Amino acid sequence: MFPPRQYPNLIVGLDDADDAAVYRLSGETALIQTVDFFTPIVDDPYDYGAIAAANALSDVYAMGGDPILALNICAFPRDLPADIIAGILKGGADKVAESGSVLAGGHTIDDDEPKYGLCVTGLGHPEKLFTKTGALPGDILVLTKPLGTGIITTALKGGEADAADVSGAVASMKRLNRGGADIFRKLGVKGCTDVTGFGLMGHAFEMAGKSGVTLEIDCNALPFLNGAKRYAAEFLFPAGANHNLDYYGPCAEISKKINDEMRLLLASPETSGGLLALVPEKDLERCRALFRESGEECFVIGRVVPKQEKSLKFFA
Amino acid sequence: MAFEIDARGLACPQPVILVKKALKTWDSVLVIVDNDIARRNVTALAQKLGACWESEKEGDDIRIRIDKSGKEAADKTAEKSSGAMESGGNGYAVVVGDESMGRGDSVLGGVLMRGFFHALNETDELPAQIIFFNSGVKHVVEGSEVLEDLRMLSEKGVSILACGTCLNHFNLKEKLAVGAVSNMYAIMETMTGADKLIQL
Repeated sequence: MFPPRQYPNLIVGLDDADDAAVYRLSGETALIQTVDFFTPIVDDPYDYGAIAAANALSDVYAMGGDPILALNICAFPRDLPADIIAGILKGGADKVAESGSVLAGGHTIDDDEPKYGLCVTGLGHPEKLFTKTGALPGDILVLTKPLGTGIITTALKGGEADAADVSGAVASMKRLNRGGADIFRKLGVKGCTDVTGFGLMGHAFEMAGKSGVTLEIDCNALPFLNGAKRYAAEFLFPAGANHNLDYYGPCAEISKKINDEMRLLLASPETSGGLLALVPEKDLERCRALFRESGEECFVIGRVVPKQEKSLKFFA
Repeated sequence: MAFEIDARGLACPQPVILVKKALKTWDSVLVIVDNDIARRNVTALAQKLGACWESEKEGDDIRIRIDKSGKEAADKTAEKSSGAMESGGNGYAVVVGDESMGRGDSVLGGVLMRGFFHALNETDELPAQIIFFNSGVKHVVEGSEVLEDLRMLSEKGVSILACGTCLNHFNLKEKLAVGAVSNMYAIMETMTGADKLIQL
C-alpha cells in the first residue's frame, strides 16, 4: 500500500524506517510527524511523564527539525489516583514547554496498565534533514548521551537498582536532545539518528546499512551510566537485549575480547537515548568546542570506514 | 537437595534475580524456565559466578541445574557453551530455501529434510547459523516436523534465522516457533561471512 511514487511530497515514509515521517509542504518547509508512548519505566509520575515526552520529542530532533505542536496520548486505569495522572501530565507538559513547542490537546482511554506519550509535529527544511544515509568513510561517530538506561530501568523493575544509579538514568532520559541537534545542524551534519529500542548496535547497523559503509566502534570509548556495567555483570537484561543481539549480532564483527555481558549491553534497548551522529573529521574540533560551550556532552565512539564484510565492527 | 525455583511465566530479568538470590543461600539450585532467553541469561549468570550448570528440555519447560560447589566442572561447561554468543564469521552456515531437500519428489524431499536435521543434531561440528528463506521458513513455524531438532540445535548455540519477508509472504510471522526473524542485510552478511556455506 501507499507506493512512494504516488506521494511525491512524502520525503520519509514507511519504506524508509527513519525516526519520523516527513512530508514536504513547500520548497523550504517539511512537516515532521512522530508518535511514541510507553508504560511506566520509573516510579515517580512526574519523571515518567517527562521521560516519555523527551523520548517522543527526540524523534523530531533526530530528523533535524524543531517541534512546534504536541498532543498527549494517554491510557490510564480507572482507579489510578488523580494526583498520579496530574503528575504524569505535568512532567510531559513541562518538557513540551522546555522544547519551545506547545501542548494543544490529546486523547485518553481506559486501560489496565498506564501508558503515556506524545504525538509531535515539527518543522524542518527539506534539504537540511538528518537521515540515516550519507555516512562517508572518514566521518567520526559521535554519541550525545551515555548508554545504559534500558538495563538500569530493568534492574529497577526487578528491585535490584541503587537509587543513585536510577536518578542518574532518569536525569539522562529527561534531557532533551535539542542542544545536540542544534550543534549538529550548525555543523551541517547529514547523518543522525537517536538511540532507542534497537540499542546502539541496531541503530548503528541501520546507519551503516543505509549508507553502504562499515562503522567501527571502540568499546573502550563507549560512555555508560553509573551502574549499567554492574547490572550487566548480573545479567539483569530485558529480553529486548537478547532479541536485538540475535537480530543484529550476525551483522557485526565483535572482538573476542568483548564478553557476553558487553555484547548484550551494546544491543540493550535504550529509552530517550542520545543522538548518534556522523561528523566529518575536519569538523570534529569545532564540534567538540560547540558541545563544551553549550555544556552538553559528546562522546567520540568510532568512525566510518569503507564497506567491509560486516556492517559493524566492535573492538576493545 | 537443590533449592527449586519455578520461573515459568516470568519475564527477564526476574528469573535471573531469583537465581542470584537463591545462590546466596544455596549451593545447588534447580530453576525451571519456559523460554530460551531466560535460559541464556540464567546460564550466563551461573557461568559468571563460576558455577557449573546443565540444562535439559522437558516439553515446554527448560530445567536448569546450577551447582556452585563443584567449580572444576564449570570450566567444562564454559567450554561447551562458548560460541553460543559468538557472531558469525567462524564455522559454516546452512541455508534452506525450500520445504524439500533436493529437487524431484517432494514427499521424499520432506523425509530427507527430517533426516538431515536429525543427523546434523548428532554431529559434533555444528554450523554457526542456519538460515531459512522462501518456503524454507515453513520449517521454523508451528507444526513443522523438524521443530524438535531445530530447537535442540538452537539450544546448543546454533543461531537460527528466518527471512522476515518470507514469513510475511506465507502469513506465518505469528507462528514462528524457533529462532529469530531476520532481514536480507543480516542474511547476506551471514552468508558472505561464513567460512563455508551449505545449501540444501
